[in-house]
Formats: sequence, structure tokens, C-alpha cells
Amino acid sequence: MDDVVLLRFTLNDAPVEVAAPAHWTLLEVLRYRLDQIGTKQGCDKGDCGACTVQLDGRAVPSCLVLAATVQGRDVRTVEGLRGPALHPLFDALDGAVAAQCGFCTPGIVMAADALLRKVGRPVTAAEVAEGLAGNLCRCTGYQKIVEAVVAASERSEARRG
Amino acid sequence: MLRLPRFGIVTPTRVEDAVAALATPGARVVAGGTDLLPNLKHRLDAPPVLVSLARLPLGHVTRDGASIVIGAGVTLAALAEHPLIAAEMPSLARAAGLVASPILRNLGTLGGNLCLDTRCRYVNQTEGWREALGRCLKSGGDRCHVVPGGQTCVAALSSDCAPVLVSLDAEVVLHGPAGRRVVPLEALYRADGVAHLTRAPDELLVEVRVPVAPGPRLAAYVKWTVRKSIDFPLISVALRFDLDAEGVDGRIVGASIVAGALASTPRRVRKTEALHGLRLADPATADAVARLAGAQLKPLDNVPYDAVYRRRMIPVHVRRAVAALAAGAS
Repeated sequence: MDDVVLLRFTLNDAPVEVAAPAHWTLLEVLRYRLDQIGTKQGCDKGDCGACTVQLDGRAVPSCLVLAATVQGRDVRTVEGLRGPALHPLFDALDGAVAAQCGFCTPGIVMAADALLRKVGRPVTAAEVAEGLAGNLCRCTGYQKIVEAVVAASERSEARRG
Repeated sequence: MLRLPRFGIVTPTRVEDAVAALATPGARVVAGGTDLLPNLKHRLDAPPVLVSLARLPLGHVTRDGASIVIGAGVTLAALAEHPLIAAEMPSLARAAGLVASPILRNLGTLGGNLCLDTRCRYVNQTEGWREALGRCLKSGGDRCHVVPGGQTCVAALSSDCAPVLVSLDAEVVLHGPAGRRVVPLEALYRADGVAHLTRAPDELLVEVRVPVAPGPRLAAYVKWTVRKSIDFPLISVALRFDLDAEGVDGRIVGASIVAGALASTPRRVRKTEALHGLRLADPATADAVARLAGAQLKPLDNVPYDAVYRRRMIPVHVRRAVAALAAGAS
């Protein structure tokens, strides 16, 4: 039994090594050990989706992932969507003024990015609504968020096209 | 901010090692963590050690003769999207796809969903909230806030997959120190919200076996929630109709109606023989099924929303579900 775990995993394409108490969540390790504060701490019980990250490519609430279980796995946070060009989701969310207070935005981006990669073609508004059903926006700006994700998927398709 | 209590953790890679680790008194199993971790954050338990199943090889979905075998570690997202499940047991795929939200289904597992702790509006609260009202049977006290004077906890099993799998006559494989045993899923549960599982503390639910329909069958799952996602069910009913011919013109030769979210066990509706001979294509059949379910399923004030309203809505949602089956849109 371990009270402290020494974790080695991939964070945003780079290997990291970090020690954490066994009862810490991935969210706590990201924010309080690795200074990855783009990932937000909201309800802390999986209801709100503000802490959504990608674990082996799938969107999960990091507040309910025990840090010890990410050993050897691939973690991506909103910081990991930085690239030489602006990510289509960032561009589309900005263009649609889809962030109001912005607290839910990193989680929305990570869930939406996983959805777009999974679907692999332009998505419908219904697919986005279902895919983001675990991410709450308390400013209730859902309409613009859904429109932005649809637009981002269409832009990505055009770029690939 | 809700933080976990301190505990140690083991992350075994073999089932035998996980079972051995469960010998520690008070040890708890954690699979996806979507049920256990919020409960620990609410201080509903304080286990000295968690045995994580994250690294166990329990992610298989295969056909074994006349059964589909599903590893307990299969995520609810994978279950909902698996072609074999979609083809052979659509009501299970539907139930798995309705659990919580997409991001939670990426973590939550089938085994975890079946072993979900029971819930009650008076228990699943922060520690201060529970203390303020006075501890109940499930939180170490001596009274029930749902049933005044009640001596048995009536916290409800909110699993979406459990009623469906009971309706499909599933069995579960439990792996303990002495080896494996197979029990009907229905026998995994007992009528006590404080200790609702017959699984021994050092047993692990490793596999679910579901018999494939031997003949024509139509099945559905009814879930009604406050919001369209995230929430636990207020009404949860699994329907299964075995027919003497394919399609909605076939006559019912066997029926199973099983409800969740009422008590600590899935509840089977009795006297379903009354439905034998009816055809789903006949609009009166939906009414007959709704009446039968509505007469026997009696919600308590153990989960959110008014019990009387929930009771009145059961036949409404069951009728709609049967009508949708008849219309070919389950």
C-alpha cells in the first residue's frame, strides 16, 4: 500500500515525474503540483465538467480521477492544445463570443476537442449538445458554445478538405 | 472545495492480487471512481486503503456460446457503443448510454454501476448538512428520515444497468479468496440500503454474463430525470418482451418488467403473465403494461422529487416507452 505515489506520465506530449499523496486527484496534481491552472476546479464531484481533461484521448472529469491511476498514461490539458497555429476551437469560441465568465471554457474545449476527434467529420448541433452534456455553463451561454463547436468542426474539415 | 480523506492505494495488475489486497479491513474497491470518490468527498466512508481496478484486464466484451460476457471494467461509454451489445441487447446499450454524462461514462464501469452505493436525499449531502438534521440509519444514526420509525434503510439503488440486466436474467461472476462463484445478478442485492450487496468485502465482481435472446424479443429502458443528463434516475424501468414472432405483431410469450431507483434492490413487477398473448402493435398493450407497472411500483421520498408525483409518472413513462417500442423507435 502506498501513501505517497511517484507518478510518471505524459502531460501535453512531455514526460513528467511528480510525487503526490495517494488520496490526491489528477486535478489536484495538475493545479497544485504542476501549476497547470487552466484546468478549473468547480464542483469537485463530477457534476460540472470544469475540470475536464483528456486521459488517453478521452474526456474525463479530473476531479474524479485518482492521480495514482494515471501512471504511464497520456494526459492532455487545455494548455496542451497550444500549437503553432490557433486551435480551431479557440478561434471559433472567440469568434462566437462563446465565453462569458470563461470558467467552464477549458473543460468545454477539452470535451469538444475529444468529440471532434472521435466523430472525425463536421458535427451537428445535436451531437455537440450530447457530447457536452457533462459540461455546465452557469452563464447559460450554451447556444453560442454549440454554434462555435459546430463551426470549428466545419473549419477543420475545410482545412483538411 | 471537496477533498478526499486520506487513504493508501494499491493498483494491482492481477485479479488475485486485488482480492488479496481486499483482505485489509475496511478496504474499498475503486473502479472508475465516479460513485465512490464523491461519496468519500462527502465523508460517507473513510477507508484505510483503496484497491484500484484501473490496471486489471477486465475490459473484454465477447460472445461465449449463448451468452455475452462483459468484463466488469468495460466503461459505460464503451458498453453503450459496442456493436455486439447494440445488436444483441439494445436496452442495455441504451441504459449504459444514459448514465450520468459522456465524461462520466468515459470513467465509470459496468461493474461499478452494478455495485453503485445506494443513495438517499438525506445521505448524499455534505457532512455538515447530514449532521444538522441528525444522522440516519445509513450515516451511523438510529432513525430514518424517509420512513418515520423505519428500522431498515430504504436508500435507493440508482444504477441504470442493474434493472436492465436483471430483466435480461444476467449473472455476475464474483472472484474471492476461494475462487470464483456465479450468482444471478438479482441475488447480488438485498433489501437493506446500508448493506445492499451480498458480495463479500473481499470479493470482486469481475464479469457479467448475459444470455442472448433465444427468440424474437423487444426490450427498452425508461429513465426519467430532472435534467436530460448528469442526474440519477427519478424513474427507472427496464422492459423486456419475448415474442412468438419477429416484430410488433408478435404475441408476448414472456415479459419482464424491472424497476430501479425505488429501493436498495431492483424490483421485479409480478404477474407479468397477464400480458401474455398481447401484441405490441395493439395500442391497448401499452396501457396494460403501464397499469401493471403503475399498480406495483411505489416510490418513496428517498430520492429527489415528490414521491406522489414520481408514482403518477411511472405509468406515463412506461406507456410512452411501450408505445415507442411498438413504433419501432426504442
